[in-house]
Amino acid sequence: MELNARAPAGPIENRWSDHRFHSKLVNPANRRKYHVIVVGSGLAGGAAAATFGEMGYNVSCFCYQDSPRRAHSIAAQGGINAAKNYQNDGDSTYRLFYDTVKGGDFRARESNVYRLAELSVNIIDQCVAQGVPFAREYSGLLANRSFGGAQVARTFYARGQTGQQLLLGAYQALERQIDAGTVKMHPRTEMLDLIVIDGRARGIVTRDMVTGRVSAHVGDVVVLASGGYGNVFYLSTNAKGCNTTATWRSHRRGALFANPCYTQIHPTCIPQSGDYQSKLTLMSESLRNDGRVWVPKNVADCTKDPASIPEADRDYYLERLYPSFGNLVPRDIASRRAKDMCDQGRGVGPEVAGVRRGVYLDFSDSIRRLGRNVVAERYDNLFQMYERITGENPYDVPMRMYPAIHYTMGGLWVDYDLQSTIPGLFVGGEANFSDHGANRLGASALMQGLADGYFILPVTVSNFLASQKAGGVDESHAAVRQTVAEVEERVNRLLAINGRRTPDSFHRELGALVWDQCGMARTESGLKLALQKIPALRDEFWSNLSVPGTGSELNQSLEKAGRVADFLEFAELMCKDALHRNESAGGHFREEFQTEDGEAKRNDDEFSYVAAWQYTGDVSSPKLVKEPLSFEYVHPSQRSYK
Amino acid sequence: MSRTMNLVLNVWRQKSPSVPGQFVRYEAKNVNDHMSFLEMLDVVNEELSAKGEEPIAFDHDCREGICGACGVVIDGVPHGPLGGTTTCQLHMRTFKDGDELTIEPWRAGAFPVLRDLIVNRSALDRIIQAGGYISLRTGSAPEANSLPVAKIDSDSAFDAATCIACGACVAACPNASAALFTAAKVSHLALLPQGAPERADRVRKMVSQMDAEGFGHCTSHGECEAVCPKGISIGFIAKMNREMLSAMASAPNELPTREK
Repeated sequence: MELNARAPAGPIENRWSDHRFHSKLVNPANRRKYHVIVVGSGLAGGAAAATFGEMGYNVSCFCYQDSPRRAHSIAAQGGINAAKNYQNDGDSTYRLFYDTVKGGDFRARESNVYRLAELSVNIIDQCVAQGVPFAREYSGLLANRSFGGAQVARTFYARGQTGQQLLLGAYQALERQIDAGTVKMHPRTEMLDLIVIDGRARGIVTRDMVTGRVSAHVGDVVVLASGGYGNVFYLSTNAKGCNTTATWRSHRRGALFANPCYTQIHPTCIPQSGDYQSKLTLMSESLRNDGRVWVPKNVADCTKDPASIPEADRDYYLERLYPSFGNLVPRDIASRRAKDMCDQGRGVGPEVAGVRRGVYLDFSDSIRRLGRNVVAERYDNLFQMYERITGENPYDVPMRMYPAIHYTMGGLWVDYDLQSTIPGLFVGGEANFSDHGANRLGASALMQGLADGYFILPVTVSNFLASQKAGGVDESHAAVRQTVAEVEERVNRLLAINGRRTPDSFHRELGALVWDQCGMARTESGLKLALQKIPALRDEFWSNLSVPGTGSELNQSLEKAGRVADFLEFAELMCKDALHRNESAGGHFREEFQTEDGEAKRNDDEFSYVAAWQYTGDVSSPKLVKEPLSFEYVHPSQRSYK
Repeated sequence: MSRTMNLVLNVWRQKSPSVPGQFVRYEAKNVNDHMSFLEMLDVVNEELSAKGEEPIAFDHDCREGICGACGVVIDGVPHGPLGGTTTCQLHMRTFKDGDELTIEPWRAGAFPVLRDLIVNRSALDRIIQAGGYISLRTGSAPEANSLPVAKIDSDSAFDAATCIACGACVAACPNASAALFTAAKVSHLALLPQGAPERADRVRKMVSQMDAEGFGHCTSHGECEAVCPKGISIGFIAKMNREMLSAMASAPNELPTREK
């Protein structure tokens, strides 16, 4: 199999406009004849479904939540980047493009990234016109802040709730189309399989999560915007329901899965407090602007009251190791160093499974220097949130932080049109692999979701539909009935195991395993160990799972079981990808491949490619297909934060 | 650092919308005070599942207080006794050893129970469908800074826009009114210049839909504001009433009713 990215040639700044001009159009009068299926209602899916509806297509949109407004995009805090240069600090489309390619550690496609930077400005216009209440200055004009170590202030924000406000903008546009009758919304409905007929995606099979009814939805094109796979680690900052079923089932139907080992860790999350922990909560990275990170120098001090540990016995390890960047080193470095400290036994906070996983983030110096009021002005809402969760007041006691999985850069492989290797299957947002390379910059996830949903998919999906005759298959088609039967059989199989362990217990065990072996730092031996253990755990799952209740009712254990079953297959691919990539790049850190200073060491000669994996019929032996990457504009260099 | 407690839970169990429900008594043992309320329910559910019993169904997703999916009534108070929080951000340190708690779903005619603690809140989506938006086609937006918005208006619009549609306001109201929810969206959009052209039409349609869904009227009890996890002020209900009055004054004969 050859991968054709269909990335246009020519000067990079003209590629998207040329491509748009050459994309075919569907006559407005014919659009209602085409049935567009959108899975997911977050920034990418919600924006796409609303826009398809406005264009006049006949749209069905699906989400597992009870309302499209609850998709996990809602939880994004920090902001959204756009190259508006409102601050007159030298920003430009090219600079945002350059920063994103470099931030992705030279593992993304230049054409896609340039388009993203180009569209960033349209997104802000669109959202402001929808009534998104971005922060403003006293002049009434939009405010910006610098984010994630960027040298320019290009981040637009809405307090700490930017994702919520952007999603509500897309949700309201979607509800408008639902009222207009162009979009039919299916909440509490989960996609369980993809229908492929004659090599083309023709629909999905879903389960109604209230009645349990399994049914087929046939259409002319399928758009997946179902999010990332961070919950493979069980504990992550993702919502509890986030899952990889839609993308994984599509992979099993022929869509290649690209770069699954690129996962992003966020360094400042509230540590686990016990083995009952159900999720991890992210605290804004901005805290590192004024907080100092430290652990005790002596293991014996780790259980002491931090206030009783004298200055001389504290190790401000980021300031010690990185004198020029100090506490503001990039996410992955801050995360790995925190892990090192805890692995050395110098972590603080409660012991969970024998290890104290936490480092102090201390504001006492800032409070002394700036005064309590200034610190409160900057961080009070975060301090309150922290106190609500931990019961400790950060004004008096240093915060405790530990890294957690936050975002996944890998996803289904797509070409420049965001079309997967299955014709008629398009993928947007976190569910695809494009744009962020091996590491995503802060405030870029919202930008990508909305660029895909509002501006890219409407063009590229129309181009696809223009060369297809509308309709042609219905629910009675043999392949449709076959797929429905397979889904029903699988649901029944999960219910019939009658073992002793709950879906959550398997999920926790899988999560701990991949977090240890395929988390912040990976080794050949660890990955090989995980690759032995995952199939064994999967076998146990299929022989010892317990799912109470039936399939024909609201059954949350059954929903979880289906998702865990897919994570148990996906995890193996993620570890295989991590094992094959004999280099460190972005969020993928292999301990064998580091510089003398302990920094990530890429191997551009051998690994400057997208690793796309093809399902072969056997989960344990996927086939690797490579898309070589070339860099015409931004030339690969090694980063240094010393 | 942490303490444990034993609790007794009286939980509403109802298998489906059409069968009657009842309270069932459970013991929650060795509850760690650092657990969230939902993690406490997770532990109870794991024990029920281990015994082959069906776990207690409850809605939840982000577990960080922003998606609006979770919410149960604890001892008569939506989202529990702490105030200003969602159920997922309520931690067990709020309770003490030996407490006996009653846990119910939102109770409102417009929110039918689907199972146990889960209700159907799609009526709130239909209120937004009725007009809770600015009619804008993708791509037709003017340059973002071409329309300055006074910071005071923008901030006030934001205060209204923080609503997470959890429905606690409805559950707390003796009339099961959705006035605070509806007012929050009406006010968010009415306070911004972008929302001005559709202002009169929007409030009429949204209020009319709120009535059609079977929500009660606002009689200014203030219970909604007291339980709102985002602290949305009932001042916005007064704002909605003013919007409605001026809409009726400008076109008194146009009061569209919408089909449910």
